[in-house]
Amino acid sequence: MSRIADAPTRAVPWRPSASRATLELRAELLARTRSFFAGRGVLEVETPQLCAATVPDVHLHSVGVRLAAFDRPLFLQTSPELAMKRLLAAGSGPIYQIARAFRDGEIGRRHNPEFTLVEWYRPGLDDHRLMDEVEALLTDLLPAALRAQPAQRWRYRELFRDRLDVDPLGDPLQRLREVAGPTAPPGLERDDLLAFLLTHRIEPGFPHDRLLFVHDFPASQAALARLAPDAEGDQVGRRFEVWAGGLELANGYWELGDPVEQRARFERDLRERKNRGLDAVPIDERLLAALETGFPDCAGVALGFDRVVMLAAGAQHIGEVLAFSIDHA
Amino acid sequence: MASYGMNQLKNGLKLLIDSEPHVVVDLDFVKPGKGQAFTRARVRNLLTGRVTEKTYKASDSVEGADVVDTSMQYLYSDGTEWYFMNPESYEQIGADQAAMGGAELWILEQDVCNVTLWNGQPIQVTPPNFVELTVTRTDPGVRGDTSSGGNKPATLETGAVVKVPLFIQTGEKLRIDTRTGEYVSRAKE
Repeated sequence: MSRIADAPTRAVPWRPSASRATLELRAELLARTRSFFAGRGVLEVETPQLCAATVPDVHLHSVGVRLAAFDRPLFLQTSPELAMKRLLAAGSGPIYQIARAFRDGEIGRRHNPEFTLVEWYRPGLDDHRLMDEVEALLTDLLPAALRAQPAQRWRYRELFRDRLDVDPLGDPLQRLREVAGPTAPPGLERDDLLAFLLTHRIEPGFPHDRLLFVHDFPASQAALARLAPDAEGDQVGRRFEVWAGGLELANGYWELGDPVEQRARFERDLRERKNRGLDAVPIDERLLAALETGFPDCAGVALGFDRVVMLAAGAQHIGEVLAFSIDHA
Repeated sequence: MASYGMNQLKNGLKLLIDSEPHVVVDLDFVKPGKGQAFTRARVRNLLTGRVTEKTYKASDSVEGADVVDTSMQYLYSDGTEWYFMNPESYEQIGADQAAMGGAELWILEQDVCNVTLWNGQPIQVTPPNFVELTVTRTDPGVRGDTSSGGNKPATLETGAVVKVPLFIQTGEKLRIDTRTGEYVSRAKE
């Protein structure tokens, strides 16, 4: 009766997770991306994926690597931003990179722990001018149906007011909890609760026929963006995100260039890592040293390339646009 | 019972949620561009069959439920409980109407069923996918139009009523798919 278990050969699932047609589409979109930047005089660069430091963001989990031939631990990068900013400080001018990035713990329909980012930096542009450029690139890459209507831009605060009748900056925590409802995980802090509201209560209602930008995030979610007062005089982070076809595609910043403020944010993240019982990570002293010599006024953005391919291919799972997804790798 | 971190959740895993056993039927990972990640799980309550959605933070953990599937032989019923025996240990156990969930319509003594136990108690009985049962009563076939694939009700020896083709007679043994409750064919002798 155990003929299945005793079978001499068992099929090893070796085949790609993407179809040949999707791989062709992926190659086509990569070529169009390179041509877009070549046409605008943006230099393609490649920076190391193995670095001595990594971002301390409590919600990002770097993959640590030990080499036999190197005496310090290294980290696979969660994005190429730290190294690219050092190139900018060294006077590179506008640069872009099509980079593999690695984030532990991120597996799902829209996430693969190893994925591809198109990340670029534009000296002289602010977040709004960079949104224009993101829109231009996505117009080159995405199917027409996903951009049939003109793109919309929402201030984070206005979006929450419009969709949930709540002020994410001004309303008390209790009010946000009421709006989140009983299915929200208990005990969420303010920023985590806002993340829940955005991903679970707002994002599912986003239109699928236009690009939608959200900008001016709460100051507490500024990450590596500079702060500025919004139209109502409250401090906001000059960050933006963009959605198309229900997928969050990109995260952009009017970059913080101040080394003192940058160090303070790294240290705050490290304290928060400790509070949450996460491993400490080394602070990127090389980046801070680079910022101290002067950093060009610039904006930068990271675009999830695999998700762009998903939208172009009509794929429901990220594995369909990767030659081999993590469970096939 | 073990507890599971979000990275350990898988479809089919049995979890204790709000003090009741559930099985994971679908999982998704949800994360904003920056900030807190969530795991969204669709879970089926093994007592009620109801499917609900649960959202967890990346750092949450969930208690596992002691739920096991066992093959057991159906012995008899006293009208309120249906008794099953573990063929290896000869241990006997009674399942109530809720756990039977309609399985009693398809099984005869000696049939081997899948009995789902939670903390050792039966919560669900699943009959074999196909059973063979004898027709105890059905009207004689109506002459005439058989090409239209007409059918009629037939009562089986377990009391179940199924739709059968017009040519089936009382006393015949039929093959039934218990998942749909539908007639498949005459049983092959």
